[in-house]
Amino acid sequence: MTHRSAKDPAPVLALRGVSKSFGAVRALRDVSLELFPGEVHALAGENGAGKSTLIKTLAGVHRPDAGQVLLDGEPALFHGPADARDAGIAVIYQEPTLFPDLSIAENIFMGRQPRRALGRIDHRATRNATAALMHRLGVELDPDRPARGLSIADQQIVEIAKALSFDARVLIMDEPTAALTGSEVARLFGVVRALREQGAAVLFISHRLEEIFRICERVTTLRDGALIASEPLAGMTEEDLVRRMVGRDLDELYPKQDVEAGEVALSVRRLTREGVFTDVSFEVRCGEIVGMAGLVGAGRTEVARAVFGIDRWDAGEVEVAGQALVNGAPSTAMAAGLALVPEDRRAQGLVMGMSIERNIGLTGLRATRRAGLMDRGAERSRSLDWAVRLQVKYARIADAVSTLSGGNQQKVVLAKWLATGPAVLIVDEPTRGIDVGTKAEVHRLLSALAADGVAVLMISSDLPEILGMADRVLVMHEGRLTAEISRSDATEETVMAAATGRAAA
Amino acid sequence: MTVTTTEPAPVAPIPASSSTRLVDRVFKVRELAILLVLLVMLVLTQLGNSAFLSEQGIKDLLLNATILVLVATGQSLVVITRNVDLSVGSTLGISAFAAGTYLQGGGQPVVAVVLAVLLGVGFGLLNGLLVSLGQVPALVVTLGTLYIIRGIDSIWVGSRQITAADLPDGFVDFGSGGISAVPWLALIALALLVATAYYLKHFGSGRELYALGSNPEAARLAGIPVRRRILLAYTFCGALAGLAGALYLARFGNVDSGTGTGYELTVVSAVVVGGVVFTGGSGTVYGAALGALLLTSVNSVLPALGVSSVWVLAINGFLLILAIAVDRIVALRVASALKKRNARHG
Repeated sequence: MTHRSAKDPAPVLALRGVSKSFGAVRALRDVSLELFPGEVHALAGENGAGKSTLIKTLAGVHRPDAGQVLLDGEPALFHGPADARDAGIAVIYQEPTLFPDLSIAENIFMGRQPRRALGRIDHRATRNATAALMHRLGVELDPDRPARGLSIADQQIVEIAKALSFDARVLIMDEPTAALTGSEVARLFGVVRALREQGAAVLFISHRLEEIFRICERVTTLRDGALIASEPLAGMTEEDLVRRMVGRDLDELYPKQDVEAGEVALSVRRLTREGVFTDVSFEVRCGEIVGMAGLVGAGRTEVARAVFGIDRWDAGEVEVAGQALVNGAPSTAMAAGLALVPEDRRAQGLVMGMSIERNIGLTGLRATRRAGLMDRGAERSRSLDWAVRLQVKYARIADAVSTLSGGNQQKVVLAKWLATGPAVLIVDEPTRGIDVGTKAEVHRLLSALAADGVAVLMISSDLPEILGMADRVLVMHEGRLTAEISRSDATEETVMAAATGRAAA
Repeated sequence: MTVTTTEPAPVAPIPASSSTRLVDRVFKVRELAILLVLLVMLVLTQLGNSAFLSEQGIKDLLLNATILVLVATGQSLVVITRNVDLSVGSTLGISAFAAGTYLQGGGQPVVAVVLAVLLGVGFGLLNGLLVSLGQVPALVVTLGTLYIIRGIDSIWVGSRQITAADLPDGFVDFGSGGISAVPWLALIALALLVATAYYLKHFGSGRELYALGSNPEAARLAGIPVRRRILLAYTFCGALAGLAGALYLARFGNVDSGTGTGYELTVVSAVVVGGVVFTGGSGTVYGAALGALLLTSVNSVLPALGVSSVWVLAINGFLLILAIAVDRIVALRVASALKKRNARHG
């Protein structure tokens, strides 16, 4: 494959006036973007700003409702991911897309294996090519090892090797560094720079602003599906970029009230689940919001699940208001006043086809029962009460929750748990994928709960949210609690240093 | 500021080869284990009844297994894609009767076999289209086609019956003949088994069947033509079920409207006992064939040992649950071993 020279001013891949809607949600509105050979281009924006939709449009997964994808200046019609790949576009998704039962070599070359006579796969060539790619990436992974059980970082390596294997002209990376340690990020950036030297165009997405400034030349910012700016990074500051992403100053986004912390409400001591997390100890007091930061896969969700009793722990103890919880028993955790708002609201927090009323009612099946039968009236008034308090926007309370927007669905999950009157509330990624307005409402709500004396443990990968909301920040790295940082000392640098396992300054 | 322990992650080289060997061994052991169980069972039976492994005895063992091996081979392809075909028993029955009717009217044996295969291909295509386009679980779709095909069979056949007397002598002789202890039918099944195994290992579309069973979403993103591959698996499965119908006719010479009823469950058992994982993406046709051989051998072993054949079904069920339990335990062991290794290498 011949590459254009790095000085060539024609964009290799571009979007022109692209719009895309999913039902009533307008994910992209008239967005344009140009990717030049030999340039690393950053795509910035909050969760739900439309970044993923944009990537999937470039990758041939989504077809735009309006506007065009241009390849070498010509309108391109991708009928599927294979078309985009054949055009030299490689995508590394946030969630690795591997085949767990197949070997690493097969994962990399699936659909494009080197062939021998009669179209048979040349297994040896496949293995050798994989070994060469691993060597080029500086990692030791056995090409014959199945992908099942690889760490997230190693899975990411396999994805990158896949992109390298067909000399992509355009490499799109959706938060490739989210799960990587410092040295792994450095190695990845080495590969990205090498690709850039060869004239590839790179589109890079990261929530870590310093990485954007470290490796990118241009940045395109999206907000609520619309293009805000596309400009060179030189001369910009992190504050400029954040303002474009958020559209307002950070302070008003995080309305944390100062509350005097009270008694210890949740106490976790030396909690260990073998191979998942080790020796985790912390306390959350009444009126406190404790943030839990860390990279994806650091074990934060797993700790929350164990505390609530969904998974069993192997060692340690959990107390709520001085009362020890039974290992692996969510019903006793609920009785003790614990509530858990899970990270995946669609799969774990809600029964999508059921009404708002019934969903909120699920946590009250005992409370609203009379003589062993459900009291429908009591269930409805309980649900209505909480739906109104949280300002859930709906047409009728009997509508299925699947008809609500993501933000309103999240409010239903919160309502469901707040209706139990919890003493300790654990929220896992409470604002992931919801719009900025609802996000602020959720933050106000958490803050008000803390002011009322509820102990809140907030797991979040959204660093500004952690820094803005938390009284204290716990940081996990690879299954261990690596730092506990007070509000005044918590900065992006201190938290990220602990989260990536770099020694704190 | 209270920063507790923060150690730099140790970047140690991974002892990759040892864990790969562990995993490798587990997967190979899966087929070896069935072979071992089979051999032990045969040897013990031989010790109890020295007439068991006579030339005729071996021939009977192989003949009994042949048809199940064929259908299980086809079924494996479908199960590898994370689907299932429950209509194979009905397809076998109707193909056998179609081939028989044609031969009864003075037809050519070779054409009869082709006819049965084509009928199977037709039903396979139907299943494949319904599953790949309908986005409906294969279990339900093929349960539907199971009844539809059986219904057509019953209406068409009625109370008629085809017996060996209606068939050309050469065809019936072929069904029971062979080279000493090895029947012709077993050689046909073996050839198809080896070809299928070779195809699955060495051709891109074969590997893609594993890929899409392992992670359908990733397969779509990798540009694998998911629907075409599922269609291929069902068509192949149907073709082998059709062929099995023709061979059934040759072997038993006796077909009516109930032929092959309930056979799909035996086939699925053989495939699962043979280590083809029901959730897709893993297993080999050799394993499925060994599973078929094991299940049919139980049928011969019990009478040889003077045990009533009423035990056969219970023993088959026990083998099935044992196989699944072993798979599950091994999977958990491997998972925890890999996880611990990852935790260490960090």
